[in-house]
Amino acid sequence: MQKIGTAIYERAFELMNSGEVARVLGWEKGELVADWSVALFEDAEELKGLVYGDYAGANLSKTCVLRDLSKLEGKTLVILKPCDTLSFNQLLKEHRVVREKFYIIGAGCKGMKDENGLLAKCKTCKSKNFEVYDEIIDDEEARTVESADRFEEVAKLEAMTHEERFEFWRNELSRCIRCNACRNICPACTCRKCVFDNPDSGVAEKANVTDFQENLFHIIRAFHVAGRCTDCGECSRVCPQNIPLHLFNRKYIKDINELYGEYQAGEGEEERTPLTSYQQSDVEPSIVHTRGNA
Amino acid sequence: MKKFSAEKLNAIIAASGNAVYVPADVDTGLVEYKRYEEGTSVNLDACKASKSPKDLLFPQWENLMHFRMEGKTIEITEQARQEEDYVMFGVKACDIRAIEVLDKVFLADPVDTYYAARRNHGTIVGLACAEPEQSCFCMNFGIDPAQPAADVVLWKVDGEYYVETYSEKGEALTANWELEDADAAVVETAKKEIAEKAAALPFANLNISRFKGENMNELFESKKWKKLSAACLGCGSCTFVCPTCQCYDIRDYNTGHGIERYRCWDSCMYHDFTLMAAETPRPTQVERYRQRFMHKLVYFPANNDGMYSCVGCGRCVEKCPMNLNIVKVIKALGEEE
Repeated sequence: MQKIGTAIYERAFELMNSGEVARVLGWEKGELVADWSVALFEDAEELKGLVYGDYAGANLSKTCVLRDLSKLEGKTLVILKPCDTLSFNQLLKEHRVVREKFYIIGAGCKGMKDENGLLAKCKTCKSKNFEVYDEIIDDEEARTVESADRFEEVAKLEAMTHEERFEFWRNELSRCIRCNACRNICPACTCRKCVFDNPDSGVAEKANVTDFQENLFHIIRAFHVAGRCTDCGECSRVCPQNIPLHLFNRKYIKDINELYGEYQAGEGEEERTPLTSYQQSDVEPSIVHTRGNA
Repeated sequence: MKKFSAEKLNAIIAASGNAVYVPADVDTGLVEYKRYEEGTSVNLDACKASKSPKDLLFPQWENLMHFRMEGKTIEITEQARQEEDYVMFGVKACDIRAIEVLDKVFLADPVDTYYAARRNHGTIVGLACAEPEQSCFCMNFGIDPAQPAADVVLWKVDGEYYVETYSEKGEALTANWELEDADAAVVETAKKEIAEKAAALPFANLNISRFKGENMNELFESKKWKKLSAACLGCGSCTFVCPTCQCYDIRDYNTGHGIERYRCWDSCMYHDFTLMAAETPRPTQVERYRQRFMHKLVYFPANNDGMYSCVGCGRCVEKCPMNLNIVKVIKALGEEE
């Protein structure tokens, strides 16, 4: 990883010094070993702080939207790991970022870590391919996917009875403190104003006052990103209460795969997606309904 | 000085009353304050619970009153105040200082009677920090991790809990505990070891001397806030895991037959925090971010005899999705510009 990191560092300087990019979105070191932050470097002096390596776990795609980088003068160099390129490409398809405003370095990744070791999202690595890029900096080792089955945990939940599953989720969601970290980090959550923040929506709230609200927030959110969620795993990574939120998204991804055929959000060009298009071969609603009662 | 064997911990907790809140394992790697019952997995060895026991005094939400409408009449019922005595068990020095901070806010005139009732009914059993963590920096705020300011204090040394009682509430509590006589010298040695461990931590020597009222304008106007806050997502993690954050909102919940008026934690990280009819006084994340740290390090001490409202527990250091935190702010702004 150090080699890839050094190559990216040098290339970023080249691109900034040549004027090809006006700024660089990457990571900088923190105060401890693993606490790297997302940083936007705006000149060569600041760029000395750029790092890429084991603790570059954060997905930079959302920051491109949050900070309106598509509207700034000149191009922004953004460093994307293979899974991050799915998120970025999905944002492109949704017209939330403008391709011409970014220079993308696809960065080889051997699994990212935090102070406790390999990140959970990296244990089920989806791919080492780059969906969108201007150039790739990686090596042979960074192309080897070592991955557990990402639907294994979902299958366990599916095997439960209604009551067991409800109990499982109540236990997990009862810890939610509604900090909104999952929503705010999520590259698929890019509404200008979330219904849960909009006082006119009737569901705006700052705390979970009832069990119902606790469940509702996460289920609504998962439904809203269904078909667009690339399974980047950031929601679970940032949850301060260790709630396995990615399991909601994976359940929907698994269902989409089984009902409408294999589909990976963020792959390929703009298209009609399983949940936004109708084909005669689509599964009948009654079958969806029956499965739900299984 | 008294002591009891660690094997008797559950018996001691059970002898502490019906309502004893303890740090307990609730999930992989997560420890939270839970009401003790048979089978609770008490974890006093974890450095800190995911959240402090602040929730016991100032819960994330609570009803304040109920309105019930029938025809043309509105019946108003006030929410009952807490009446049950309870014990907070195994609270660390940082989290106890945090309660002192909350006291300054909620017990100052006009007294918050919801908070006061909970505060008065509680007894605090403190626990010295045997293993402070990398993210800890309480010592910068004059907090001694080896000496929590509690009704009763425990020190764990070699499989035994040493016990010292500091108040009448504490006396009443420990009267029900089965204790043996102990050698106070053991605790003195343990305190020295804790002090050495604390002094060796990466954030043991932060320079906080510039954070005071007289530097308020200079700190407020600093150009550094923009960079410091740049990666902030505007989520509320830091505020909701903070043991001293005390801002709240009051809202109405429509039950269909009336209104539940409740209050819930608010976060200065949110765009609608202190939203006014015209607009928000903090239009971007830079101002919101600045508000949080200026409040902890400058406004609060300026109004409370120099008491900082950061206690160095390090939870924000661990939990921020973007790894932003108050230590980075202290280091960046603590130096002369």
